Amino acid sequence: MTLTDTFRLSLRTVISYRLRSILIILAMSLGVAAVITLTALGDGARRFVINQFSSIGTNLLVVLPGRSETSGAFPGAVLGQTPRDLTLKDSRLLARLPQVKRYAPLNVGEAELSAANRLREVTVLGSNADLIPIRHMKLAQGSFLAHGSTNSAQIVLGAKLAQEFFPLKQAIGQRVRLGENRFLVTGILAPQGESMGFNTDEIVIIPVEQAQSLFNTTSLFRILVETKTHDAIEPAKRAILEIMKQNRDDEEDITVITQDAILATFDRILHALTLAVAGIAAISLIVAGTLVMNVMLVAVNQRTAEIGLLKAIGARAEDIRLLFFAEATWLSITGATLGFLVGHIGSFLFRQAFSQLPAWTPVWASIAGILVALITGILACILPAKKAAQLNAVHALSKK
Amino acid sequence: MIRLSGITRTFYMGKQTIHALDHIDLDIQNGEYLAIMGPSGSGKSTLLNVIGLLDRPDNGQYKLDGKLVSDLSEAEQAQIRREKIGFVFQSFHLIPRLSAAENIELPLILSGIKPNERKIRVKEALNAFDLLDRAAHKPAELSGGQRQRVAIARAMIMHPTAILADEPTGNLDQQMGKEVLALLEQLHQTGTTLIIVTHDRELGNRAHRKLVLRDGKITADKTHDIN
Ligand SMILES: Nc1ncnc2c1ncn2[C@@H]1O[C@H](COP(=O)(O)OP(=O)(O)O)[C@@H](O)[C@H]1O
Ligand SMILES: [Mg+2]
Repeated sequence: MTLTDTFRLSLRTVISYRLRSILIILAMSLGVAAVITLTALGDGARRFVINQFSSIGTNLLVVLPGRSETSGAFPGAVLGQTPRDLTLKDSRLLARLPQVKRYAPLNVGEAELSAANRLREVTVLGSNADLIPIRHMKLAQGSFLAHGSTNSAQIVLGAKLAQEFFPLKQAIGQRVRLGENRFLVTGILAPQGESMGFNTDEIVIIPVEQAQSLFNTTSLFRILVETKTHDAIEPAKRAILEIMKQNRDDEEDITVITQDAILATFDRILHALTLAVAGIAAISLIVAGTLVMNVMLVAVNQRTAEIGLLKAIGARAEDIRLLFFAEATWLSITGATLGFLVGHIGSFLFRQAFSQLPAWTPVWASIAGILVALITGILACILPAKKAAQLNAVHALSKK
Repeated sequence: MIRLSGITRTFYMGKQTIHALDHIDLDIQNGEYLAIMGPSGSGKSTLLNVIGLLDRPDNGQYKLDGKLVSDLSEAEQAQIRREKIGFVFQSFHLIPRLSAAENIELPLILSGIKPNERKIRVKEALNAFDLLDRAAHKPAELSGGQRQRVAIARAMIMHPTAILADEPTGNLDQQMGKEVLALLEQLHQTGTTLIIVTHDRELGNRAHRKLVLRDGKITADKTHDIN
């Protein structure tokens, strides 16, 4: 019997046992659809996090005061002191490093903003002009510390603040009061919304020296560093640690975090989560496989006389075995295809419902879902097919 | 030709031992018309199944056309069934989801014959067995006589050397039984060996050679003159 005829004959069988076939195909397709949709959700979450991270800057390093390694004691803590501060002087050292494209010292605090008879508490970022490109922020209007003026009393307002304080007037050129000091509005941030739990629409940016005098401090919250290339991130990290150590009495009391490292961690965690979810969904395919096995065993019983007849007219045991395998293959392929479609429709609906979530099924999950369905379907047939092939023809024929 | 020597087939039912075939020696020439008769349980079906390679004897030798076939592998025996033997059963054994034409086509499919040639041969068979207008009908839509005609068409589609029919008229009324027998005899006219199991004395008497079995032994083997 040719393979074509085997598949053709078994397709006839699949079609004529309609209800039974539909049940198996449904069970199979649910499993595949679950794998495809759930991995789309898992991977969507992963991409969502990565997008959020890259929206706050690329090739980014963050320098923090204090040492945060698990091995080695916290020097300040041992002496009962707070870690040594990070200063503007430290930040200027970084400009000399060849790997560094630009850097932005950062102070963060809260202060009262007042103008035009309005008053509200705002988050203040103290930095330099490079903060804006490093953090991928955009100015809708105006400028910040343009033309090398580093310490004038300039202020950039978040989009929402500008709208709140100067709803009718042009905000640029207006004077505002922040705490005790007066500032000239020179720029307005483009609306960006919230990213990483930080709403840039409701912040103000002022020069770092102004922020330090406002908050009466000489220390920095952190320094953001952007390297020239992606490959420069690791060398830059080493160079920063080295130069800081030289300049700080040979004491390595700062921490450099690379955005890559944070991203990689999230990536790993969320990828593992996606895998776990795929695994759980795949178990439902194994359940579908057991269903196929039971249904095929029943089929062998139902068709005993028919198998006997096929043997009488010259079918080999091998032909009978292949007929049952072909039947399982049809059911599995149809189930897998249907599940593939349903799964992708499900992911599509999730993307429609949650536009932030890029719920695309990873290719590996599509392939794995289909393969697991085919393999379990066909494995499930080994026992029934063997049973059918080994039937005693005389016995089988005498059965009604 | 068929040559059985010392063939035994024994069944064990609990403590009981049943000698379904008890040292059978039998030669059947190609083109013979043989009736196997005997009371129920005498071993007629078992003998037919052994001849048709559906059942393996426990002892003895079976030579078909000079070749020892009792020791062949399962696949080799299947090939012989496909090419040299056609079975006709009392209960027809048609596949219910396939049409008359498709049931007749099955042995051709099993032999790996190309679809074009299959179509031609099935058409010829439908024509020869007066089933052309029933080609697309499922077995459930056919009368008993038509079903047995489909089964006979299926048995001869490979042009076997022997047709083995186990009580082929058992499920048919007398009129239909006669028609079916006439068809089988026509096949015999074209040179096919015809072996019929029956306990209808009248049918048995039409055969040129009559074998009587009792408790697994041949108790009579009479040949009429063919005139
Ligand atoms: N599979 C079997 N298991 C046990 N006994 C069997 C089996 N097949 C046939 N027999 C016994 O062998 C004897 C011959 O059976 P069979 O050839 O079917 O007789 P017949 O066709 O002449 O009625 C009977 O006694 C029957 O009960
Ligand atoms: Mg019988």
